[in-house]
Amino acid sequence: MRGIANRQKKYVEVVSDTSPEGVVTPLTIIWDTGVRYQIDRVLDRRQAHSLKTGGTGIRYTVRVGGTTTHLWFEGPRWFVEAKVASMPE
Amino acid sequence: MDTSRSILHVDMNSFYASVEMAEHPELRGLPVIVGGDVESRHGIVLTASYPAKRRGVKTGSALWEARKACPDAIVVPPHYGLYQRYSRLARSIYYQYTDLVEPFGLDEAWLDVSHSAHLQGGDALLIAQEISERVLMELGVTVSVGLSWNKIFAKFGSDHDKPNGLMRITPQNAQEVVWPAPVQDLLYVGPATSRKLHHLGITTIGQLAQADEELIRRVLGKMGTVVQSFARGEDDSAVRPLDLSKHDINHEVKGVGNGITCPFDVEDERSARQVGWLMGESVAQRLRAQGLAARTIGVYGRDFKTLGTRSRQTTLARPTQLTKEICSTAAQLLVDDWDFEHGQKVRAIGVRASNLVPAATSVQLDLWGEESQRQKLLLVDNTIDDLRSRFGNHAVRRLSELSDSRLSTLDPQRDNVVHPVSFFA
Repeated sequence: MRGIANRQKKYVEVVSDTSPEGVVTPLTIIWDTGVRYQIDRVLDRRQAHSLKTGGTGIRYTVRVGGTTTHLWFEGPRWFVEAKVASMPE
Repeated sequence: MDTSRSILHVDMNSFYASVEMAEHPELRGLPVIVGGDVESRHGIVLTASYPAKRRGVKTGSALWEARKACPDAIVVPPHYGLYQRYSRLARSIYYQYTDLVEPFGLDEAWLDVSHSAHLQGGDALLIAQEISERVLMELGVTVSVGLSWNKIFAKFGSDHDKPNGLMRITPQNAQEVVWPAPVQDLLYVGPATSRKLHHLGITTIGQLAQADEELIRRVLGKMGTVVQSFARGEDDSAVRPLDLSKHDINHEVKGVGNGITCPFDVEDERSARQVGWLMGESVAQRLRAQGLAARTIGVYGRDFKTLGTRSRQTTLARPTQLTKEICSTAAQLLVDDWDFEHGQKVRAIGVRASNLVPAATSVQLDLWGEESQRQKLLLVDNTIDDLRSRFGNHAVRRLSELSDSRLSTLDPQRDNVVHPVSFFA
């Protein structure tokens, strides 16, 4: 079985909603393969540093299909801590 | 002496290196050096990470020296845009505690929380801790914080507990903490001042504080009295918030200058003139952008062997902002000053315009109609400026620049670095 060898900073396409007050809510993450991941809920948003991949921005703690993960807004771009699979034994 | 104030000095440790590590976690814990480009010879260490510092790498030393001290160091070119972003984000944290924030360079700032501490529970030390934790959480960079009743001791505190430190200096512990420290640890006691003080047998801050006032004033002049009052903690200067919009307007410009370390040694008159024009043109462009004209044009050159600098300046008959006048004056000064025929070579060249007046001042016309000629030249200059602002600095270029491929990669206007404002400004 392949595990998580590392994480890498990966910029992703995001569909988001901006309220008239300027509150941005990410709705869907679109992976470079075209797969769309629906964001069910935004649990938290705050300025935070990414310990795993480096970089800083507004960190959204989001719920995607039962998993909790982070999504960063770094100026005009969004990034995630993408998993890098370990090589099979 | 008002000791009731609560002033924080926040210093982001090894700022450039820390930001690089925050962006690239794989560099953490390694000897990282942020330094200029080796290929084009601006090779100095701008910042080194702690592991590199421990192995003897010093800020400001040449890259080759640093490589000798620490051969496995990782040299990263600087990314100023990134540092500015981190600096801005850090300041936005500070602004959540007080509106009185005085930045000192990109990586340091004073915060006056005397009148806002009660909003956060009243304890300035807790605010200092919270700021330290938040900068680490939100930016991934450690800070050192000094807390005192004056700016000088606050800075001393942040300088003395690195990295990720927190030091509080109160009137009760100041003599114990600050006074035994070497006198050059005090802000504005540089190498020259500390040498003079050492001659008097003054080596610690405490000795300076207790020294005879008359003696200090005689040896160091007016600055001596100031520095001595710093040592006593009698600094009552206010934290001056930086209002960027206001600052840019009220800031009095004394001179506009531009210099460069050439990627090659300038060893003939022709290249000297070319570089002189290149630098002069960016100076003229900036003068026009700020609506200023200069009466005095100066140049400096750095000898390739001794690294000593020589400068010459001349005052013009009337203030100018014309590229042609500034550049030809500068080029002529350079050529007159350096003896290229006898093997002199120049490594770095700079042009400076000073003695500035607003460009809109009325001018004395002459009988020969030179002024109408100058107006035409100004029209050409303004057109070129306009083209450059719309299509980039390389949109319009001089033949002298294009005919020499070594020069065409340089962009003197863009390579300007913003330096910290002076404490006394």
